[in-house]
Parts: sequence; C-alpha cells; structure tokens
Amino acid sequence: MASPRALRSGAGRDPHAPVTNLVLLKLLVSARLRSQLAYRGSFLSDVAGQILLGLTEFVELYAIVHNVSSFGGMTFAQTLLVFGLASVAFALGDLLLGETDSMSETIRSGKLEVLLVRPLPVLLQLATSDFQLRRVGRLIFALAALAAALLFADIAWDPAKVVLALITPLAGAAIFCALFLGAGAMQFWILDGRQFANAFTYGGRYVASMPGAALFFPIQIFFTFVIPATLVAYAPSLVILGLDGPAGIPAWTGWLGLPAAVVLSGLMLLLWRAAIKKYTGAGG
Amino acid sequence: MRAYWELAKSSFRRHSTYRTAAVAGAFTNSVFGLIRASLLLSAITTAGGAIGGYSAMEAATYVWLGQALLAPLGLFGTAELANRVKSGDIAVDLSRSVNLTASYWAQDLGRAAFDVLPRGLPPLIVGALVTGLSMPGSPGPYVLGFVSILAAVSLNFLGFFAINLLSFWVLEIRGFWMLYMVVMNLLSGFLVPVTWFPGWLLDLARATPFPSMLQTPVDILAGRTDGGESLAMVGIQLLWLAVLLIIVQMMVRFGSRRLVVQGG
Repeated sequence: MASPRALRSGAGRDPHAPVTNLVLLKLLVSARLRSQLAYRGSFLSDVAGQILLGLTEFVELYAIVHNVSSFGGMTFAQTLLVFGLASVAFALGDLLLGETDSMSETIRSGKLEVLLVRPLPVLLQLATSDFQLRRVGRLIFALAALAAALLFADIAWDPAKVVLALITPLAGAAIFCALFLGAGAMQFWILDGRQFANAFTYGGRYVASMPGAALFFPIQIFFTFVIPATLVAYAPSLVILGLDGPAGIPAWTGWLGLPAAVVLSGLMLLLWRAAIKKYTGAGG
Repeated sequence: MRAYWELAKSSFRRHSTYRTAAVAGAFTNSVFGLIRASLLLSAITTAGGAIGGYSAMEAATYVWLGQALLAPLGLFGTAELANRVKSGDIAVDLSRSVNLTASYWAQDLGRAAFDVLPRGLPPLIVGALVTGLSMPGSPGPYVLGFVSILAAVSLNFLGFFAINLLSFWVLEIRGFWMLYMVVMNLLSGFLVPVTWFPGWLLDLARATPFPSMLQTPVDILAGRTDGGESLAMVGIQLLWLAVLLIIVQMMVRFGSRRLVVQGG
C-alpha cells in the first residue's frame, strides 16, 4: 500500500526510534492520499460528483422552500443555516468514518481479518485505510452553503453564539461519527442489516439538514432524544437565530449538541469494542 | 424465451433468500417515508392547502407510494455487470448463447417481482396508519399503473445498465455512477414531486427520462391523472424505453469490440 517514496521518507527517521502508532498513521494516510491523487482525472470527477451531491441536497430543500414563505417557522436564509451546519458536520463525519457503513462487506470479504492482525487499532485503520479524499468535495460545498447562510441570515451575534457556532460543526461531526460507528458495529450482529443502519445514519443526515419544526411530533422526539440528529444543526440554529423551537425540540436543546456527542460517542465505542470482541472470523 | 423466463425465476429465488436485507430495507424506507411525509405536509399546511397540484393527502400518498416502489423499481441499481468486467467474468457472459442485455433484464424483472411485497407493503401499511392514503376506487389506474411500473422497472434497469456498460471503456465507473444517481434521484421526483420544482428545473426534468422512472407510475397508481393522460404518460415511458434500448444495444455492440478481458 505504501509507495516507495513513502517508505523512503519513513527510513529517513532515526532507525533506532520505536515505530509509534502516530508514525505508522502518518505513513498510511500519506500513502493513501498519494494513491488517490495518482489518477487525476478519476479523482477530479469524483470530487465533482461529491460537490454535485451536495448541490442536489440543497435543491431538494430549495424545491420545498421556494413554494412557501416560511418552512417549519424559518425563512429561506435560516433554513440554509441549518442545512449548512448539518452538511459540514456530515461531510466531516463521512470523511472520517463513512467506511464503517459498509462493514458487512469488510467482514464478508475477510478484509477485517487483515486489519485485526496488524498492530494498530482497527478503528484507526478503517478511518485511514479508506480516507477518501474525494469526500472533500462534499465538504467544499457544505462550507460554501454555510458561508452563504451566515452572510444572509440576520444574526445578532454575542460571544455565546460565536462559541456555539464554532463547536456546533465539530459536535455534529462527532455525532455522525458515532452514528457511523454504531452502524458498523451493528453489522457484526446483523450481517444483512446495513439498511437498518441507514435509517439512522442517512436518515439522521436528512433530518439534521431540515427545520425540525416541520417534522411530526414523535419524529421530533425520536430524532432529538434517541438519535440526536436535530441537535446537530437545527437546535443550535434556534439559539443562534434567537428563535423558539417546536414542542419536541425546545430552544434550550441548542446547547445539548456537545454533551450528546460525548455520550453517544462513548456508547458507540463500547458497542464497537463488544462487536470486535464478538467477531469470530469469516473463515479466511 | 424459455431461458429468460428461467433466469427471471432463479433471480426471484436468489433475492428471496436475503430476507433480513428485505426487512431492513422495508424498515428504512418506512422511516424515510415518515420524515419525507412530515416535511411535505408541513410545507403544504404553511402554503395553505396545496403545492404543485398536490393536496396534503395526495402528497402523503405520493411519498408512501414512492417509498414502497423505490426498491421494486430498482432506483438503487446494481454494479454487477461492471464488477464482472473487472473480474473478467464478462467473457463467460458474452460467450453464452443468450443476449447480454436481455439476460440481465430478465434477472432484474425477477428481482423486482420479489421486492414488491416484502419491501413495498410495509411502507404502505405504515402510511395508511399514520397519514392515510388516497387510492383510486376504480380498476383503471391499477391496470395502467401495473404497465407503468413494468416500464419504469425496465427504464431504471436500462439506465443503470448503460452506466455499467461504460466499464467497457473506462477502468472505474464510480464517478459516472455517482453522477447518474445524483441527477436521477433529483429529476425522477423521488425527493419531491417534480411539479414542486421552480419552472426552469421542471422543464429540465421533463426533457429527461427520469420522471418516467418514478413519478409517472406513482402518479398513475394514485389516480392523479385521468385515463387519457395516463395513457399518454405510459406512451412517453415507452418512447424513452425505445431510446434507452437503442443506446444500450449500441453500447453493447461497440463496447464488446473494444473490451479487453485481462487474465484467463
């Protein structure tokens, strides 16, 4: 996997120093990135595809919003803020752990065994071994949407709101990472159940990017307090914009994104460890 | 003909073994249905009654029929042919005494036949319980709807098959696949009905075969269009079917001349 150049740069270090995880990690990631950039045409078309994907997600929202003066109690610019925050969070989460979505393939093909025998945590390898740079395309579009929203939405900034706006994309990314991790772990038990997980990962992305007040009440509750999708972008947006939330997502939940991210990540890491322990091999 | 019938039957049986996958798919499609229905209904309530010709009940029906038909119509596609080109197995396919396109087509129809009940029924039941459905009382829309579904399954098959066939020319079709999925998802009316689009986008959608792949069968089944209109829409579907079939056949003919099978 490592190109000759990567090996040489690895050999440039002090040869007696122990090979730490960090050194291996750097080597793996840089080799990965170079290999993806090697086929420039294919890489560029992939990035373009990812940007277009973000664009259609936006058009999907726009196709609804342009028909009404306010959608779920929000103006167009305000829905754009929700969309932008959610998209940045999802793009980051997808970039890091999107690969665990296809865990059943990794298990079935025996690839997991290869990962397990290497002296690096499996999760670290999953995050790096398929670090898909093309997914940056999605991030580029998401950042553009967020920038536009911040420009057009009328926001009365104060220090607390600035802090919230800064931690929200990161907490959101952590929430999506945790959801992807849970999706991957679940597939150790239900090998054909990849689509179950999609209801929470991609379903979560869908919910996160829309005004939560437009959802049915039970869906609001479920995607706020069970799967914290509305905490990714909608609830913080309520605080930033100074709006009142619907019954299922009161405005005070706007500050719950980070705690939810910490709790969910902890739970999903435990689930992941249980899944790896449970794994008995694919007969490879 | 017999061979294709057997292929379709064996494909039906093959898919019937993946029951967990079918249950999982039905579950996820129902969850997405709940989310989509609530978004569209919320917008319609704000707009005061109807958007793009859809009342609240009609929009809900549109969502649930779409979620139910999503899997049977084959909107996710399969990269089987492209994978066989990569592995070299395509050589076996091409040396068989059956037509390449027709054999894959038959298998896809078998898959669709299986998917109808386990993946289609649950979202409809959830929909009937949560929002209610407005289905026509006369048999006409169901008969034409069945024809329209058959045409849409075939259109979706041919669309993805054309993307798969690109693997005769290029090493990696992932970029094209992605591009196709993204455009098709939007313009087929899967996300929101195309009549909700701003004018320019609606015109663009109507100039492509994509609405024929989902919105047409859904609208006909829901009885939104009267007999004459429905017939015209099925006619458009058949027209696109002919166009895509010609494109695919040309691609098979010229592509298999270019194809170099590696290894042996």
